Amino acid sequence: MNEILLETRGLAKRFGGLLATDAVSLTIRRGECHALIGPNGAGKTTLVGQLAGTLAPDAGSVLFAGRDVTAYAAHKRAALGLARSFQITSVLAGFSVEENVALAVQAVSGSSFRFWRRVAAEEELSTRALAVLRSVGLERAGGRRAGELSHGEHRQLELALALATRPQLLLLDEPMAGMGLEESQTMVELIAGLKGSHTLLLVEHDMDAVFRLADRISVLVAGRIIASGTGDEIRANPEVRSAYLGEEDAL
Amino acid sequence: MTVFRRRHAWLGALVALALVFPQLAAWLGQDFYVAFASRVLIWALLASSLNLLVGVGGMVSLGHAAFYGVGAYVVGIVATEAPQLSAALIAWPAAVAVSGLLALAIGAISLRTRGVYFIMITLAFAQMLFYVFVSLKAYGGDDGMAIARRSALPGLNLADEATFYYVVLALFALCLYALARLTASRFGRVLAGIKDNEARMESLGYATFRFKLVAIVISGAVAGLAGALMANLNTYVSPNMLYWDQSGTVLVMVILGGLGSLWGGLAGAGAYLLFEELATAVTPHWQIGLGALLLGVVFFAPAGIAGLFARRRR
Ligand SMILES: Nc1ncnc2c1ncn2[C@@H]1O[C@H](COP(=O)(O)OP(=O)(O)O)[C@@H](O)[C@H]1O
Ligand SMILES: [Mg+2]
Repeated sequence: MNEILLETRGLAKRFGGLLATDAVSLTIRRGECHALIGPNGAGKTTLVGQLAGTLAPDAGSVLFAGRDVTAYAAHKRAALGLARSFQITSVLAGFSVEENVALAVQAVSGSSFRFWRRVAAEEELSTRALAVLRSVGLERAGGRRAGELSHGEHRQLELALALATRPQLLLLDEPMAGMGLEESQTMVELIAGLKGSHTLLLVEHDMDAVFRLADRISVLVAGRIIASGTGDEIRANPEVRSAYLGEEDAL
Repeated sequence: MTVFRRRHAWLGALVALALVFPQLAAWLGQDFYVAFASRVLIWALLASSLNLLVGVGGMVSLGHAAFYGVGAYVVGIVATEAPQLSAALIAWPAAVAVSGLLALAIGAISLRTRGVYFIMITLAFAQMLFYVFVSLKAYGGDDGMAIARRSALPGLNLADEATFYYVVLALFALCLYALARLTASRFGRVLAGIKDNEARMESLGYATFRFKLVAIVISGAVAGLAGALMANLNTYVSPNMLYWDQSGTVLVMVILGGLGSLWGGLAGAGAYLLFEELATAVTPHWQIGLGALLLGVVFFAPAGIAGLFARRRR
């Protein structure tokens, strides 16, 4: 439980005059659910992008499973077991739901440079795809076009795509974004079910969900991590209270 | 009749027509159309190869004539420099290999760009090669060069139009079948995924650059075969085969026939060349009519001509 799975050292990213990531040093231990919270525009998605490899940091380094992956492209990190879901839904809209997940499964089951055999006839892929769909509650939507799903279903598919690659670390960028109350609750249950078997970095706004799910929490404000600790430590942290949680009486 | 059976009926009729076409043309006293049919099939092969790139993989290239033209020149150059090697079994695979290698080189550079930049850079490469062949005086410069005779194929006389037609037909059928398999394979699904959402494919762990590069190489190699066949059909090659209007013509055929559909290349090449054949008899300004036809397809049949025949989705 104490083995460090992901670590950043002095990560920095600048957009013009804006320092969106400011000397971020973060550690995620294997097996934990680590929440990243912070107000809108704090730089959470920017940080996730640098972890996943879609954004190159201006300074600092990212270590994953003991290796420096700072120079690795997104696909190389994904192949090492770093999966992400997108805050803004990003699925293969023209594919069926099952094909979406089957493609994610395919990414981790042998070479894709196979040119002759019909992929639709590979039962292993569809069996595993269906199992993943079942685990996120989308098993009945398998035949539908991904572009036609409702918003809530899109979020479920996002999660399914990330899960299907059997990752070592799941980066979930606001998985409940834009969901209704009931859908959010289902998603919280889903994520709760992943705890223990998966290491998670959860970017989330909903404090109830965060305090319920997270083993540790890091608070990002204006690109800087101002505090890291357990839920109780974060709640008690005066800097966090004034900078971010101050007005929330619920705490 | 089920959709499935109807599709097979169409396919059966098409194959039957293709098989008896030379006899039919002879019976009608229209022997000229045998060579025309070969031309259609060669363009169809070229268009099908481009369709893999544009229709399946989403890479809009305006430089496809480079691979086609170079394939043709390989046949031409072999025929003049080493006539003893001008057997089809040597010259044609050589054309395929050279065009494939060229595609590897052009693709490795072009694929670092996307969208409009990809269009421009593929166009630029093709135009550069066009000027290379224009300046090669040894091979006829901008006049091009005649080839003494068609490549030799053991047991067959390719100078006979009907025989040549059957060889082209067999190669087209073979390539189309291979393209169908490829499109439905793991590789094909990844390629289609890249067209749909490349960033997502990257984040799933796919090195999308490599898949796109392999697609270009396959596409370029098949285009090289089309070039080799066209050089044989015309017993003549010229830099015009690499000129950008040729790339534009294939692209128009693909859009006309149906982006990403298996039969799109054949449908597009057939419709284009037939239209050209009939309309030039009426007016030298036939391309105005072609423009109207293209507009009609884009607005009323976005899935192209092949899309009109395809099974309707639920
Ligand atoms: N590609 C970009 N170019 C310029 N500014 C950006 C870009 N992406 C994000 N930003 C800015 O960086 C800041 C952090 O954005 P983001 O990481 O999306 O925040 P969060 O996810 O915490 O809401 C915001 O001020 C945003 O406007
Ligand atoms: Mg965000």
